[in-house]
Amino acid sequence: MTSHVREAIEQVIDAEYGRVLAVLTAQLNDLAAAEDALQDALIAALDQWTAKGIPRSPAAWLTTVAKRRAIDHVRRDHKRAAVRDDDLDTLPASDSEDDPMTDEPFPDERLKLMFACCHPALALEAQVALTLRTLGGLTTEEIARAFLVGESTMAQRITRAKAKIRAAGIPFRIPDPSLLPERLDAILAVLYLIFNEGYASPHDQTQKRDLCVEAIRLARIVVDLLPDAPIRAEAEGLLALMLLHESRRDARLDASGSLIVMQDQNRALWDHAQIRAAEHLLERALHRRRPGSYQIQAAISALHAQAPTYADTDWAQIAELYSALMSLSNSPVIALNRAIAVSMVDGAAAGMRLLRPLASALDTYYPYHAARADMLRRLGEREAASDAYERAITLCQRPHEADYLRKQRSALDG
Amino acid sequence: MKYIMLIYGDPAHDTKMTPEELQEEMAQYNAFGAMLRNRGTAYTGEALMPVNTATTVRVRDGKALTTDGPFAETHEVLGGFYMLDANDLDDAIAIASQIPGAARGSIEIRPVVVFE
Repeated sequence: MTSHVREAIEQVIDAEYGRVLAVLTAQLNDLAAAEDALQDALIAALDQWTAKGIPRSPAAWLTTVAKRRAIDHVRRDHKRAAVRDDDLDTLPASDSEDDPMTDEPFPDERLKLMFACCHPALALEAQVALTLRTLGGLTTEEIARAFLVGESTMAQRITRAKAKIRAAGIPFRIPDPSLLPERLDAILAVLYLIFNEGYASPHDQTQKRDLCVEAIRLARIVVDLLPDAPIRAEAEGLLALMLLHESRRDARLDASGSLIVMQDQNRALWDHAQIRAAEHLLERALHRRRPGSYQIQAAISALHAQAPTYADTDWAQIAELYSALMSLSNSPVIALNRAIAVSMVDGAAAGMRLLRPLASALDTYYPYHAARADMLRRLGEREAASDAYERAITLCQRPHEADYLRKQRSALDG
Repeated sequence: MKYIMLIYGDPAHDTKMTPEELQEEMAQYNAFGAMLRNRGTAYTGEALMPVNTATTVRVRDGKALTTDGPFAETHEVLGGFYMLDANDLDDAIAIASQIPGAARGSIEIRPVVVFE
């Protein structure tokens, strides 16, 4: 009996933690108080559900009970502080917890909570941690492990961020229209960062929860909760982009865990249902006529997904999309990717011409040297190619990517 | 002439204080306030929340940039202040970004302590 109650509680934590917490936070206007109340309610659930059975809507039960607990707390604190707030008297009394109204509408306030967690008044690493903790329901330990910091450091980071939300008056609401686009960008940046963190350490068995899956889940929430309007375009673009990356998951690593670059991947292993879902999303986004960098990146990724082979990829269109991306943000990394695409259309010499101006900006960026090495190899300049691979290997921080580069360099001698 | 007097101190000192020391300091501030009133000096004064609650806003190219923490550039010095009520941090940021100085320097927003 108890074990099946425990299972129900675990299930509701996995599926609904963020949603319940968001409703409570919006109602109490205090994230820390909402978390405490939800903890109380989870403890109460263990007893009550064992005694009286699991309620029809566990999430609604938890919300109602947590809210009552929180109100009791507020009332007690105010009594101590010689009650200033007359409004408290109008709050409903905390009655029995037998039958919380499970039929009352259960709103979805997660987007408001996300805007608070990703507020620019919080440091980026705090935004990331807080989003995973509150909306993802990850434990502090899980987040600490994912970002390679000590658990106490991470706990402190999260506690400080929550304290700042409260003390500085960071609101739990959808920002005004004038602020909305940039605040939404901040949320999307946090989600993409979470995704990339997961993508960079694929199949890490020590992680209980996969950051890529988590980022996709959160991005879906953003897409679902935004109005069906142009503002949603970039959120859809990001979700499509992540789904496209994720569709190659099973093809990315060989049996020994080394990275397989896209060029050498078995395309039959790509998740084609997921690719179609992403294409559908991207199409919807593009119809909104509000282009943005995630949509363009997703479009590039979709062209890769549609190509039967690496050589048969629509490189001309990819080069054009990278040009469009450069007009949005002129980053040398984007210019590097464009150079690679151009080299596939107009040849390695044309690619090399575009690489040259990037030399100083990307001197410590290993993909630049890897791309240069590949173009030099194609031009038959073996020695220069070998040197460039060497430089790329030295700079590369990720073991499975360095392995790949070593293989490429040894292939030069063959 | 009007002057603003800004109280600088080591935040580590505040956290090390015992409740008794804190009470002693409050009494000293209350005495200082009484002294000002006695000499007929009009004043307003507030204690600020700790520096880790600070948010900085600067406007560049017409865009408000909001960051965590206090001032970033050490050559910027305090040049004035407003104290006002805002609904929440976003409201405060919206107001702060309209302060002319935000376009050249930066505005540090700090919540004021409310003593119960």
